Amino acid sequence: MTLAFLAIAFVTVAAAAVAMALRNLIHSALLLVFNWAGIAAFYLWAGAEFVAFSQLMVYVGAVSMVVLFAVLLTQRSPQSFREQPDSISRVIGALLVGGAVLGVLFGAVLSSRLAPSAATATPTISVKELGSLLMGPHAAALLIVGVILTVTLIGAVIIASTDHAESGKDES
Amino acid sequence: MNLSVQYLWLIPALPLLAAGIGALTPRSGKAIAAGATIGAMGLAFVLSCGALVTALKDPAAHLVANFTWFELGHSAVRLGWLLDPLTALMCVMVTFVGLLIFIFSTGYMHEDANFTRFFCFLSLFAAAMLGILIANSLLLLFISWELVGLASYLLIGFWFHKPAAAAAAKKAFITTRIGDLGFLLGMLWLSDATGSLLFYDAGKGVLETSALTALVTQTTVGGLAVSTAIGLLLFCGAAGKSGQFPLHVWLPDAMEGPTPVSALIHAATMVAAGVFLIARVYPLMSADQAIATAPLHALSVVAAIGAITALLGAVIAVAQNDIKRILAFSTVSQLGYMMLALGVGSWVAAIFHLLTHAFFKALLFLAAGSVIHAAHHEQDIRQLGGLKGPLKVTFATFAIGMMALAGVPFVFSGFWSKEAILHAAHGWNVSHLPFYAGLVAVVLTAFYMTRLVAEAFFGQARSPASEHAHESPAVMTVPLVLLAICAVLLGFLGTPYWPWLQHTLDPKFHSEPGGGGLMVTSIVLVALGIGSGWAVYGRRLRAKASAPDPIEAKVPDLFAALAARLGFDELYAATVGRLNTFLADAADVFDRYIWDGAVRLLAGLGQFTGNVTRETDENLVNGGFDATSEQLKSTAKTYSRAQTGDTHGYLMLVALGFVLLVLAVMLGGTR
Amino acid sequence: MSLSPLQLCLLFSSALFCVGLIGALSRSNTILVLLGIELMLNAANINFIAFWRFGPAPAAGTGVVFVLFSIAVAAAEAAVGLALVIAVYRHQKNIRLQEANRLKG
Repeated sequence: MTLAFLAIAFVTVAAAAVAMALRNLIHSALLLVFNWAGIAAFYLWAGAEFVAFSQLMVYVGAVSMVVLFAVLLTQRSPQSFREQPDSISRVIGALLVGGAVLGVLFGAVLSSRLAPSAATATPTISVKELGSLLMGPHAAALLIVGVILTVTLIGAVIIASTDHAESGKDES
Repeated sequence: MNLSVQYLWLIPALPLLAAGIGALTPRSGKAIAAGATIGAMGLAFVLSCGALVTALKDPAAHLVANFTWFELGHSAVRLGWLLDPLTALMCVMVTFVGLLIFIFSTGYMHEDANFTRFFCFLSLFAAAMLGILIANSLLLLFISWELVGLASYLLIGFWFHKPAAAAAAKKAFITTRIGDLGFLLGMLWLSDATGSLLFYDAGKGVLETSALTALVTQTTVGGLAVSTAIGLLLFCGAAGKSGQFPLHVWLPDAMEGPTPVSALIHAATMVAAGVFLIARVYPLMSADQAIATAPLHALSVVAAIGAITALLGAVIAVAQNDIKRILAFSTVSQLGYMMLALGVGSWVAAIFHLLTHAFFKALLFLAAGSVIHAAHHEQDIRQLGGLKGPLKVTFATFAIGMMALAGVPFVFSGFWSKEAILHAAHGWNVSHLPFYAGLVAVVLTAFYMTRLVAEAFFGQARSPASEHAHESPAVMTVPLVLLAICAVLLGFLGTPYWPWLQHTLDPKFHSEPGGGGLMVTSIVLVALGIGSGWAVYGRRLRAKASAPDPIEAKVPDLFAALAARLGFDELYAATVGRLNTFLADAADVFDRYIWDGAVRLLAGLGQFTGNVTRETDENLVNGGFDATSEQLKSTAKTYSRAQTGDTHGYLMLVALGFVLLVLAVMLGGTR
Repeated sequence: MSLSPLQLCLLFSSALFCVGLIGALSRSNTILVLLGIELMLNAANINFIAFWRFGPAPAAGTGVVFVLFSIAVAAAEAAVGLALVIAVYRHQKNIRLQEANRLKG
């Protein structure tokens, strides 16, 4: 049980770390897809099947495609997806800051009084219960999310669409 | 050695692992990729033999190992492995033929830059096929089925820089997908009707008595039993994968892939999947035989489609000039035979023919690959000729394959399996038409195979490529020899005098008497086919590449129609393609004029309102605000110095601030 | 020292969070920065699930519901963010984050 968790955690974090370190954008994006799938595996391990499938569909299915499209659309030469090297000083700064945050978080988690609780029964939540939760107590939030998604859809199209008249002027 | 059913998953897992290794190997690691793939396949072969030993202990039993994949709320999705003689024999065949094809590929693809990728895909293909074989759940079978489709797409389009290969890959994928839609619908319906997708599950599986009786007694539209309808939907999927009429069009085009891929598709993996599926769900397909009043029996449709395909493939093969295309159409025709056998009620004969066909078709394709390799990628039989001399091993093995395919009596395996099918078709009490179609196809098969051998190997070299042909290296010829030996010996497992295979697959099998006359008839027909083929092509050998075909000279119209594959591709382009284009155009018009008009109207309204507001705004409100905003602007300028525009800096400050806050809280002790 | 499963999950999510943070801070490609932020969001989701699974009151199911909302909003964020990236690319022909500073004072 714990072994499975450790394996999932290791693979997931490793995939994320390598993805963030690679120079080739396409490889980074693909590794992140792997990382998201690893997180879905974690959800499955934790017994939240529905969330796992949502994660798979939204991240592995949809967001990954958007990311890949964005990567492909923003490369000037299709041969090379390699990035310019980042400035060393910023990388060092990032590592220092990230390390500080990591240290603080680890310290907080390890020193907290989250004592090893008695092994309680695994909580399960059926899709039916989840549905009634969503449509009952959380109905307002659900509606708002729906509105947000609609607005996002329209907004994303507007932001990314070309202004025909202007681009025509630029090119001529 | 035994392999218990719990560990059956190892058989597909090994090639899958090898595919993973192949995917991670850099391009220069040819030896690693090939070694991993071949090693995994060899191990899978050993395991399959172990599984066969286990399965043969009690041929009537269906050993299963079911488990819960995951639970969604109250219902659980269950999968499982299934081990019976059908699974075990198919696994042995797929791993053995696959192994030989892999070894052959190391020679054939030696100089390809994407060698490691090729082996990765090949291994994935084999793993997916093995997954189909061991599945005890229609769902697991479907997953592997789609993986087979994916792998075939990748492999047919392996040389994707060739437009023809890319198009062929798409065609194969889309055509089989049409059939898969039927499969998916059938699967959903089955799950809805029985609540399970497991084949055998201690009395609760869909292929066991209780579920089958329930399915047969319910009727749906047109008085069809539900089992018939589901069976026909599943058959759509099988027809797509196995290249049955009218979905056969992708199979000949699949020749655009490298030749080992063609061998794998045509012999061991892809097209066998459809036949295997029908054999696997045979209890479901044949359940409606119990009700004599049913308007349509699922198996009758299977038999009819099989007979049409067998005849059609054989007829078209007569007029093809590409060595691989002739073999492709012969595969279409032979698959028709297998479906015919399934349809007339003898699934044992179908699997027998599937096994023997796998060996001699793999042999023929690999030998063709050896010819192509030797003749510098010349595939047109009119350009070849005279290869008998330089390519001795290839010629001998190809001739054995050809005789097995044509059904030359007594020694070659194809004769016995074809005989079993014809025997079953003869005994079918619904109609004798499929039997006659099978007989005609026997003659045609012998005829076109004779033509192929006469044109390619006899006479004199008709092009520089075939003049300079040289024998392929041992890594390619040794698999040929092994396959040739199997193509001969395998037939003796299922002769009417010692039907071991039939009894193993189906313990209830009993051979019917009276096969002697039939055997004589088919021997005469084979002799007729080979004799006429030799008379037309062998006696007066083609002198130069541009000389017309003897049949073409006699009946040019017929030959041209056959060479154009009876226009099926054009027909589909004219009907399905047109319809698609029309729908797209209609949607375009709808979008452009109707929706766009509405949007424009709204926009006009908005603009009008905007104009009105602007007038009031500019004149009335603005004056007062201008003064205020001037002041604001000067203040903002002061503050904006903090806005450096460096997003990284902002983020870093946020993180540092977080660290400081936490430290302050922790060290300050004010919890 | 033995760690409870909850603490293990929290350590896992913190590690993921910091990997995302370091990525977002160090890379100059806007897409990668966005992906780093996406990773940090995912790490937060892991915390929700961990507390739902091992926390004191798991029956409520609030953690699961919250993660679902979070995933929906994250998808929206990714869509808008990448649309912005494309818009920026169209304007200045590259997507280096430090050069997208025309709004500064």
